Amino acid sequence: MEFIGAIFSNLGEQTGFGTLAAMGGVDAVKQIIMIAISCLLLYLGIVKKFEPLLLVGIAFGMLLTNLPGSGIYHPELWYASGSANVDWGAVLHDGGFLDILYLGVKLGIYPSLIFAGVGAMTDFGPMMANPKSMLLGAAAQLGVYVALLGAIALGFTGPEAASIGIIGGADGPTAIWLTKTLAPHLLGPIAIAAYSYMALIPLIQPPIMRLLTTEKMRKVKMEQLRPVSQTEKILFPIVVTIVTCLILPSVASLLGCLMLGNLWKECGVTDRLSDTAQNALMNIVTIFLGISVGATATAAQFLSLQTIEIIVMGLTAFAFATAGGLLIGDLMYFLTGGKINPLIGSAGVSAVPMAARVSQVEGQKWNPSNFLLMHAMGPNVSGVIGSAVAAGFLLAVFGG
Amino acid sequence: MTVDTTHISFANGLLVAALGVSVVFAVLVLLMGIIKIQTAVVEALEDREKQPDAAPASPAAPAAPAPAKTAKGSCGGVALHDVPDATAAMIMAIVADELQTPLNELRFISIREVKNR
Repeated sequence: MEFIGAIFSNLGEQTGFGTLAAMGGVDAVKQIIMIAISCLLLYLGIVKKFEPLLLVGIAFGMLLTNLPGSGIYHPELWYASGSANVDWGAVLHDGGFLDILYLGVKLGIYPSLIFAGVGAMTDFGPMMANPKSMLLGAAAQLGVYVALLGAIALGFTGPEAASIGIIGGADGPTAIWLTKTLAPHLLGPIAIAAYSYMALIPLIQPPIMRLLTTEKMRKVKMEQLRPVSQTEKILFPIVVTIVTCLILPSVASLLGCLMLGNLWKECGVTDRLSDTAQNALMNIVTIFLGISVGATATAAQFLSLQTIEIIVMGLTAFAFATAGGLLIGDLMYFLTGGKINPLIGSAGVSAVPMAARVSQVEGQKWNPSNFLLMHAMGPNVSGVIGSAVAAGFLLAVFGG
Repeated sequence: MTVDTTHISFANGLLVAALGVSVVFAVLVLLMGIIKIQTAVVEALEDREKQPDAAPASPAAPAAPAPAKTAKGSCGGVALHDVPDATAAMIMAIVADELQTPLNELRFISIREVKNR
């Protein structure tokens, strides 16, 4: 009888409830709050459809890592001796399921592979047809640097501020790619802020678009884009890779993969690879990325004032990024004598193709015969390159 | 020279931000220039390839049809025959939806209204 009692006692202690009771007080409450937040994010992903492909995975990873006693993710393996000195042997020996998956984030493999898929799905034709639209993609990176300054003012260190700033790039993989190196302890809140705001773009951007443009500007119908030849489309990824990586070698893995994916799509002889990158590879990596990024959102890291500050700065970054694109759009409207509809400027904030769709929808509200989608795709895909360049610059400055 | 970027002051942050914006603009403006040059070179090469074919034009050849009206906002040249812009856009959107393929991955050559006899 005593033996059976001991077995039940041991089993009781090993359950999550037992672990929670052993934690006691504040720590137990924090753990319960994290489980509640995971469930809220699952609700937002599944019911409200906020970037569900990633948010569901992130939220579930967050749930798994915060279930007491699960032992599938060990933050102490990654942050104990400083982010630059991870004991890889210990990770492989003592790491749990999510520690092993997290290797793909820590080594920058998942964001780069996601970019290969994004490249295989992206048509850079509208941007090549109207290269001036690249200025809008560049201007929309303003949000990155405004948020960087805001974060410095709030007392974040340089690398942390850079990681918070890149939320303004509105590009989840880029944000993860930079943060895993500069501020891995902030990866959870930054990834969640980046993907949540990307999902909220249809709510965030329209008021700013109306504020910074006049009705006359919003009604402008743009000229038809010229067709872009296949030769140009094949040359483009090769040329961009050579030029950009020679200027900013730190961005080679991210931009290189984006352009490789695009070359698979455009060259016409690798359709199978393009198809795999767009579908199978993208889906597999999305699963690994979501769940392992979510796992980093432990109670100790997530429930802090810093998380609230990151969320506020993220919103600031998105707002300024939108404003930056629109203001240059306004300037181009005046310089071209009213030929450019400045609404396409807001699409410079990456978030392909959501931001371009917002430009299209907003344009049609003011002029139902207006079709801005393809025009907005130019700044939209330029924004992807722009945010990768901004991330490469920040890594070069703060990662040394 | 080693610079401490961990504990960065707001003034230095401003410098980094200004430099960062400049780098992004510089790279994208450079790419813009390269795309323009690339386009010019490719178009010149393609024109040279087309010229020998176009040279022997016989006087008896029928006159080329007048250029068809194209839908505004489309990336390629869609020839519209008795179809208004808005209808063409709606047709293209429906086709893209039916095929479950993004609109920018489809190429529409022409859209013609079939008249009842």
